[in-house]
Amino acid sequence: MTFQKKYDVIVIGAGHAGCEAALAAARMGCSTLMLTMNLDSIAVMSCNPAIGGLAKGHLVKEIDALGGEMGNVIDRTGIQFRILNRSKGPAVRGTRAQADKQKYRLAMKEVVEKQQGLDVKQGLVERVVVEDGKVIGVETNIGVQYQGSAVIITTGTFLKGLIHIGLVQYPSGRAGEFPSEKLSDSLRELGFAIGRLKTGTPARLNGRTIDFSKMSMQPGDDPPPFFSFTEKGHPLRQVPCYLTYTNERTHELIRGNLDRSPLYGGVIKGVGPRYCPSIEDKVMRFADRDRHQVFLEPEGLDTEEYYANGVSTSLPYDVQEKMLRSINGLEEVEIMRSGYAIEYDFAPPTQIRHSLETKRIEGLYFAGQINGTSGYEEAAAQGLMAGINAALKIQEREHLVLARSESYIGVLIDDLVTRGTLEPYRMFTSRAEYRLILREDNADLRLRQKGRDIGLVDDAAWDVFTRKMQSIEQEMARLRTTRVKPGSAVNEMLEARGTTAIVEGTSLEQLLKRPELGYGDIVTLAAPSEPLAPEAAEQIEIQIQYEGFIQRQLDQVERFSSLEGKKIPLDMDYAAIPGLTTEVRQKLMDVQPASIGQASRISGVTPAAISLLIVAMERKKRGKVAG
Amino acid sequence: MLDQDTICAVSTPPGEGGIGIIRISGNDAVAVASKVFKPRADKQLTPEESHTIHYGHVMDPATGDVVDEALMTVMKSPATYTREDVVEINCHGGMIPLRRTMELLIAAGARQAEPGEFTKRAFLNGRIDLVQAEAVMDIIRSRTELSHRAANEQLLGGLSSEVAALRDRLLSALASVEAGIDFPEEDIETDTGRLLAEDLAELLSGVEKLLSSFIYGRILRDGFATAIVGRPNVGKSSLLNALLKQDRAIVTPVPGTTRDVIEEYLNVGGMLLRIVDTAGIRETHDMVEQEGVRRSLGAIENADVVLVVLDGSEPIHESDYRVLDAVKEKKGIVIVNKSDLPRTLERPDVQAPIIAVSCRTGEGLDDLKHAILEMIQQGAVAARDHAWAVNQRHRTALEQAKASLQKASESVTGGLSPEFIAVDLRGALDSLGLIIGATYTEDILERIFNDFCIGK
Repeated sequence: MTFQKKYDVIVIGAGHAGCEAALAAARMGCSTLMLTMNLDSIAVMSCNPAIGGLAKGHLVKEIDALGGEMGNVIDRTGIQFRILNRSKGPAVRGTRAQADKQKYRLAMKEVVEKQQGLDVKQGLVERVVVEDGKVIGVETNIGVQYQGSAVIITTGTFLKGLIHIGLVQYPSGRAGEFPSEKLSDSLRELGFAIGRLKTGTPARLNGRTIDFSKMSMQPGDDPPPFFSFTEKGHPLRQVPCYLTYTNERTHELIRGNLDRSPLYGGVIKGVGPRYCPSIEDKVMRFADRDRHQVFLEPEGLDTEEYYANGVSTSLPYDVQEKMLRSINGLEEVEIMRSGYAIEYDFAPPTQIRHSLETKRIEGLYFAGQINGTSGYEEAAAQGLMAGINAALKIQEREHLVLARSESYIGVLIDDLVTRGTLEPYRMFTSRAEYRLILREDNADLRLRQKGRDIGLVDDAAWDVFTRKMQSIEQEMARLRTTRVKPGSAVNEMLEARGTTAIVEGTSLEQLLKRPELGYGDIVTLAAPSEPLAPEAAEQIEIQIQYEGFIQRQLDQVERFSSLEGKKIPLDMDYAAIPGLTTEVRQKLMDVQPASIGQASRISGVTPAAISLLIVAMERKKRGKVAG
Repeated sequence: MLDQDTICAVSTPPGEGGIGIIRISGNDAVAVASKVFKPRADKQLTPEESHTIHYGHVMDPATGDVVDEALMTVMKSPATYTREDVVEINCHGGMIPLRRTMELLIAAGARQAEPGEFTKRAFLNGRIDLVQAEAVMDIIRSRTELSHRAANEQLLGGLSSEVAALRDRLLSALASVEAGIDFPEEDIETDTGRLLAEDLAELLSGVEKLLSSFIYGRILRDGFATAIVGRPNVGKSSLLNALLKQDRAIVTPVPGTTRDVIEEYLNVGGMLLRIVDTAGIRETHDMVEQEGVRRSLGAIENADVVLVVLDGSEPIHESDYRVLDAVKEKKGIVIVNKSDLPRTLERPDVQAPIIAVSCRTGEGLDDLKHAILEMIQQGAVAARDHAWAVNQRHRTALEQAKASLQKASESVTGGLSPEFIAVDLRGALDSLGLIIGATYTEDILERIFNDFCIGK
């Protein structure tokens, strides 16, 4: 049957990508349907119970700045908040929260269910329906057809998911859940290339059987640092994590049972992530290490389950148990859920554009793990952008594409569509060439306006932002124009901070440039009429103290901008450009770069090839004018 | 490499002319030129108006030394050859001040233009019509071929592998810094503080060593160091005078640069020869034989080309053998002088070409010049323009790498957070990458995952 209502946007999947996509589209005024195989699995955290961290925290703040939901939900359901790299510079500090998994899931479920314009329904989608190269809807396993102008696929690890525990394997989308067997076949039939990736997860342990007294405790920061730029969280009870280590005995057990490992036996064909190796990988590749970290993370306040971070494994159940029990503090441990490896289908992401719309089928968007990524934050960021761009397209507005120089989201998507990925892609700060200007603290300065323009930032949030901007501006002006005269009070403070005394009138701004001084010191010399909010004060301190480095990066951005601005027409005929090598030509045809800047980032595309491309573009342009 | 930086090149043909023009193009053309060009004292250089000419001097901003008297033409975008801001500096002093000015401009932030790059920019900015597009395509295509050939040559010379080794070490240092940033909670030991400072110091000395080993650079800047050697009274001085009479290169001494000895320059078939130790050559009349030979041996040491002069009218002398022996390892030509007199000298047993010359009549001088040219062409600098381009490009890249490494070292010493150190390490990696291939983030990540056990 065909469902009576016709939707603007249909989202398949209700994980971290699906929720953001559906919320964005609905909030931008599109009638939206979100379909999931299981309504009790909305926003489930399949792997570790944490959100944020280095580069990932940056993504969450950017999602929040644009008007996404992830930051709000984790602020309400986090049970530990920390800033990583606090001793380093502001660009590489990352906020991370431990989540109460069930509360997180239920909080997000509530948000999507209450969202106006969004229908949430249970249904297993098996086919994408396409007419004349355009998507028109989807069909479920029980024969219901939903019509929609845009379809966003966010299916995570569910496409032909295959779980491995030792040499046992069975089809599953995630432990305890069915896979989606037919949807990736439907994509193949539509002409998409489909690849296979692998990821893994460790065992969940019963906290009653863990001797925490043998481990070191790691509490969160107090007060907890939140993600949202607008809402100030009312945190749940805060709890610690625990740290222990594997030892030689653990490693021996692993080495002695490698013949029963699907990874080492060659059973698993999918490619796993290098940054998240299984414990068997770590032991084999770094044989000289006599121990590896195991980080025990609570899965929630109302559960005894602990996530054993660091010992992801696909070894057989009995080996998992022996190996874990060899670890200090886990001698008596009871496994509640075993670790496993999972293989799944993905669509190599050079098949999508920066808008996340597929090149092949108009109106069809991919977001999250289907694009080869890993991580809740990476998924949510793509979901948000896919939802935004599907809505913009329906509203006949221009796509929103974020630049590499303005966001980690831009880096993420550009990397995917330009270079593809051979392993599950995770964000790192080292992927961002303009790292110093892409900070957590200025995510709102970078992206709030854009969120507002597309209609995702409500009046209350916008008001908070504009007030913050105003106070930063006013205070910057005051620091520039207010001068202090040398005097005993001033110079005593300066000397107490270990910096030299002043001998002539000096502006507050110049004083703040001194690394020994902070904004707090400056206001003791001359306070503003109204004290600044801490976020505004932090912003001022960073902008003034790191001005030199920030300016250097801005110069780099400027130098590269002309290349980013040179747009390559969609109908560029690469076969007709003389002088390109076959390899380069093939890559350009596959990626169809949007700009010369993007083309230059495709691996194997040489500067000489870029020159040829620019000349060909120019010729094409002039040919048109002449003809 | 792809960004629209400011480029410079000598745009007059090589060789000795009355003036030489350096053209600079790009957004920073005026700013870069202003760093090295000092207008007449009473004039402030704020050439806001386009198409103006300024009189002044090219000066080394570091030392304040005057390099040349010059005219600077400022042409603002868009009515210029490239449609970018263009500055042209007309130098008057011939080859050396031109080279020196180029060096200063590169130090001030410009980059040596690639062959055809001005034309390419002119085209891309819509200055040249479509008909010329084909020519541009040819230039670009030949450029790839050229750089390909150059890359192979350098590969044989070992530069590539040395740069690759440096880049590899740099990549390790950077991977370590990056691992410390992106994986703060991992149980890994990363390179920081003193250890990193030591790494950087070694990298820096590696880059400096490569820079200093650039014989081509020196030759092209200063000419081939040429020694005229032999025991006293064989006619070294006459030979120099005879050559100078025909082919003296007009090379204005560079004010402010210190040279130990008065130098003379010869232009032999377009190759610049710098005669070293002219004092030694001219003082031989008063010199004892031992001292003359000692000087000759010293001159041989520092020379690219050695001209050994023997007296054809006398039997071979024991000290002749000492000089001939010393030349064995060098590129030498044996000149049997006084061919106008009856020859009593037996033919010396050497590998080097032997040319009979009479400095008095000029007989054989053409043969000698021919032999010099042939020797140079067979030798290190096979194709002059080619070597110049490759060399200058590499040198610029190495200089950039050096500057980045120095900044990174300062950041380490200053106790800055690792992401600031990483900025300059990446800069250095990019610069070295320009010599042997592009730099990608993927290389850094690959190294992190290879070197460190990451992953919880």
